[in-house]
Amino acid sequence: MYDVVTQRIEQSPRFKELVARRGRFAWTLSAIMLGLYVAYILVIAFDPQLFGTRISADSSITWGIPAGLGLIFSAFILTGIYVKRANGEFDDLTAEIIEEAQQ
Amino acid sequence: MMSRLLAGAALLFVAPSLWAAGALEGEVVKQATNYTAIVMFLVFIAATMGITKWAAKRNTSTSDYYTAGGSITGFQNGMAIAGDYMSAASFLGISALVFASGYDGLIYSIGFLVGWPIILFMIAERLRNLGKFTFSDVASYRLGQTQIRILSAFGSLTVVAFYLIAQMVGAGKLIQLLFGLDYLVAVVLVGVLMVMYVLFGGMLATTWVQIIKAILLLSGATFMAIMVMKHVGFDFGRLFSEAISVHAKGESIMSPGGLVSDPISAISLGLALMFGTAGLPHILMRFFTVADAKEARKSVFYATGFIGYFYILTFIIGFGAILLVGTNPEFKDASGAIVGGNNMVAVHLASAVGGNLFLGFISAVAFATILAVVAGLTLAGASAVSHDLYACVIKKGKAREQDELKVTKITTLALGVVAILLGIAFEKQNIAFMVGLAFSIAASCNFPVLFLSMYWKGLTTRGALFGGILGLGTAVVLTILSPTVWVSILGNAQAIFPYEYPALFSMIVAFATTWFFSVTDKSQAASEERARFLPQFIRSQTGLGASGAVAH
Repeated sequence: MYDVVTQRIEQSPRFKELVARRGRFAWTLSAIMLGLYVAYILVIAFDPQLFGTRISADSSITWGIPAGLGLIFSAFILTGIYVKRANGEFDDLTAEIIEEAQQ
Repeated sequence: MMSRLLAGAALLFVAPSLWAAGALEGEVVKQATNYTAIVMFLVFIAATMGITKWAAKRNTSTSDYYTAGGSITGFQNGMAIAGDYMSAASFLGISALVFASGYDGLIYSIGFLVGWPIILFMIAERLRNLGKFTFSDVASYRLGQTQIRILSAFGSLTVVAFYLIAQMVGAGKLIQLLFGLDYLVAVVLVGVLMVMYVLFGGMLATTWVQIIKAILLLSGATFMAIMVMKHVGFDFGRLFSEAISVHAKGESIMSPGGLVSDPISAISLGLALMFGTAGLPHILMRFFTVADAKEARKSVFYATGFIGYFYILTFIIGFGAILLVGTNPEFKDASGAIVGGNNMVAVHLASAVGGNLFLGFISAVAFATILAVVAGLTLAGASAVSHDLYACVIKKGKAREQDELKVTKITTLALGVVAILLGIAFEKQNIAFMVGLAFSIAASCNFPVLFLSMYWKGLTTRGALFGGILGLGTAVVLTILSPTVWVSILGNAQAIFPYEYPALFSMIVAFATTWFFSVTDKSQAASEERARFLPQFIRSQTGLGASGAVAH
């Protein structure tokens, strides 16, 4: 009931590899992002004073500042990492799979 | 231990009371007419109307109208998404929160940001590969077209309506405050301008209004942050230590404070925030304006960058306001409160660092910000009616393109009139719950159907229909029974549903009923729908057969 290209892609071992690799990558990055966020929040809940501690005796900057900014940067960096690999490696692999199936 | 755990879980997300910052609340005092601001704003209108005229010439097909022909680049779309997401309320509200309690403002803004990477990893590319104009294209891809389109069009319109009311009322009050214009004039002005952009310029003009607004807002905020840092010799240590010495709360502004009022409500709100963003029709629609999945991914990358940068700026601006606004008697009334309320600190700071001219600029930017958001909402609402209901349900996908465009334009006009009337009707009402309700409905109706249609083979039309309707219904009913509506608005003594936000419960209802009515669906149609998952899956993964950009 499917067209022939779809059938070929379905049976292609490289398609299975693409799905597995990209799926693993996406879930891993999601877990890292949520993990960092949950960790940040747990510190706020259980030990807010940790984030209220000054990073050194003569600085008014507290540990909460690098932690919060770090979280913002990591959201940006994680999306960057995903886009780089998905737009390069995974898209190349996708193009090959489609080409192979259309022959 | 348990209470700490609950408090911790609550902090996972943000305090519900803060949600009120999403819509400018309470009594506002009409200010003296600000001519600099009005001139700046007229320049903005002239420029965006020029763009609308240019875009109108290019709008010949439905694809141009709904998605700018898929011609927007990833970078432009990232900017437009940021322009759609950074509302006037978040600019004024978050800087006000930092001004009042320091560090807590950062926790709050981080809650808004972490949903974006998840949208990228989980739904962005599948959405782009499967859809054409609206997210209903994706939700109904292998399910019963008629039922699922009606369901998701209804979900979209409900979300758009609540969001629009909150924006219109907020706009009226903000403009009263910033420009000294009458509430009625302000609401009519916003309604007319948004209809003009969408009616004539479609997605192309809407996108550029959002891009220009994002550039203006980011550069204005950057300038303010630089001026604040210049004041303290570009030394963060000095910024914080000077703020500690003048702030009433002293040292405690540098550590997490008491942001929690009620843990369950806070968790509920957090869920609404994260998954609601992934169910907002005007945000999802933006993913179809780019050529392919590659560009869709890039859009989220840039959007996350711009939005994150914006939150860092508002943090600096809030601390700058502690130093430069909180200590200046010029910005306080006789009782020592900030003129116009705490939400005005960023505006006062603009005047403190850049004088009257810059104050006018920031006021104009705040107005432009509202226009960009309501234009996106209107377009999403119009496409739900014309594409999903008219073309796909009534005409069974055989509508003539010209007729479909005509329906879009009539709907846009109607939405404009409705928005103005609702804005007037709700002027004196408590609208604090509406943005929260819009997000809760998006998270409990649109998101579950969309997500499961892409990820779960077992989903059937019957399951999606029951889940979506019950999710939406639960969200609405629980909101009505909540303290905000049942007690504050309807005047009853005791709320029947004790929590402020329904998403935690309504999402469970939506997912559970969708699952139950799908697995028990033994019909012939259901097994065909399950069989169609495979080709859908292959297209969602490879983009094979996905709608591409239209060449001009």
